[in-house]
Amino acid sequence: MVDITFGPEPGKRPDLTNPTESYIHQTRRKRLYGFILLMLFVALMAAGFRTAEDRNAGDFLSGLHQLGDFPAEVLSEAWSNRANLPGLVWQYLPSLLETINIAATATLLGAIAGAILALGATRNLARFPLLTPLYRRTADLLRAIPEIVIALILIFILGGGPIPAVLAIALHTAGALAKLFSESAENADLKPVEGLASTGAAWSQQIWLGILPQVAPNWLSYALLRFEINVRASAILGFVGSGGIGYDLKLAMQWGGGKYDQVVAIFALLFLAIIVFDQLSAYARNRLVKGQ
Amino acid sequence: MLKIENVTRMFGPKAAVDRASFEITGSAFVGIIGRSGAGKSTLLRMMNRLTDASSGEISFAGRNILALNGAEKRAWQGQCAMIFQQFNLVPRMDVASNVLHGLLNQRSTFATMFNLWSDADITRALEILDRLGIIEQAPKRAEALSGGQQQRVAIARALMQDPKVILADEPIASLDPMNAQVVMDTLRRIHDEDGRMVIANLHTLDTARRYCDRVIGMRDGRVVFDGTPDQLTTGVARDIYGADASFNESATSTSITGPADTAYAETMLA
Repeated sequence: MVDITFGPEPGKRPDLTNPTESYIHQTRRKRLYGFILLMLFVALMAAGFRTAEDRNAGDFLSGLHQLGDFPAEVLSEAWSNRANLPGLVWQYLPSLLETINIAATATLLGAIAGAILALGATRNLARFPLLTPLYRRTADLLRAIPEIVIALILIFILGGGPIPAVLAIALHTAGALAKLFSESAENADLKPVEGLASTGAAWSQQIWLGILPQVAPNWLSYALLRFEINVRASAILGFVGSGGIGYDLKLAMQWGGGKYDQVVAIFALLFLAIIVFDQLSAYARNRLVKGQ
Repeated sequence: MLKIENVTRMFGPKAAVDRASFEITGSAFVGIIGRSGAGKSTLLRMMNRLTDASSGEISFAGRNILALNGAEKRAWQGQCAMIFQQFNLVPRMDVASNVLHGLLNQRSTFATMFNLWSDADITRALEILDRLGIIEQAPKRAEALSGGQQQRVAIARALMQDPKVILADEPIASLDPMNAQVVMDTLRRIHDEDGRMVIANLHTLDTARRYCDRVIGMRDGRVVFDGTPDQLTTGVARDIYGADASFNESATSTSITGPADTAYAETMLA
């Protein structure tokens, strides 16, 4: 009767006072949780694909074969006008230089502002520890607004041209670099700072001699990475009227066929420039971090 | 069994280890002494193949282990456990997982990623921890343990490998005297009970005298002394360390029961 009420004899329970059994028990439980999470992830991915597919205007799989249509049209037209390409490349070179100048100026300004924000936002380094949240939220805000939104507002205020683009990219860069700079400063060894403080050095002297030499390779490496990103960003900002090669690309593309040789020339220039700068900065970063 | 012949390691123009040769037969407990930069660590790292030799030959049971590559090299590393001065555990993982890492050479990356250890392996890991007296720490993170306990976890990881040779690179250099004694006693016990060969770099002479069957002295990359602890007199030690007559080993001795200055101690305690 008791058996019927309480069910069959339960299996042997793990004896949790025995360290070995309790550890095996704990491992099994962790493994089970991991498995459940994995299954949940797979199920969500599968369900999400269905939702996305249903909401798509066309069908993903049946539309896939059209992927190459537009590039093929562009390339075939450019091929028939290939004699123009060297001249066009030469013609657009000044716009490319403008784009790169925008990126370089914006990176420099953004890195300086980012460094100041980072030193204010790093908990164990800040001159005024109570103000770290203020610096952090400022950086968050700058980082949260996309460059293109800042640029559109600034173009509305200042009119078109490179200045709004520089400011827009610099503001976003300051926010992004402040975060990265502050993280690497947080991991810096504080022993040199303590040593300098023990000699009676001021806060600015402690930072200048104790922290900056330590974080310089990292900070430079982050700034170079940001420069690569900014070259692309400044090309895109041309689309909203900030000058540079993006503006030319927009003019060449927006009327459909007829100017596709210009599109190809601009893409070739942009592509080459980005590869060159990526390679250069990757080389420079490698040398900085590994010391040769 | 372990034979080292004319092993040299160059760092730039400087030889860290310079034509070192010796042979260890049976399961001995060998200590290597010498001042910092004498090449002790480099020699041990070459035996484990963490560092490549520039020339020479290290053979174990007739096989030149310096010529091994890829999976064969890793299999050798699996049989030749290493213990480090700074413990070199994975700090954020629990103690039992760190011990299980001793089996990595026999496991696939896939099984490692999903932490799939069999119950038998886990039981063995915990038995080893029990043997070293730290089983209560098994579910704790390695970084939460004291230095002496972490070093015992490292020894447990080495034992999990079921190695033929245990290399210990300054195992007690960052421990206080009491923990140092616990760790050295543990190493000696492993040698006595399991008959495993232990080679330890040591930085204190009294430790070498007390625990080792044989002491090898190195100076500027060369083997300058090879004998029993009894032969390691103060004069010989001065030669190994390149010190003059002012060298007094008891001045920096870390032994608790060393030749203590009882008179001074009593005035301090009074």
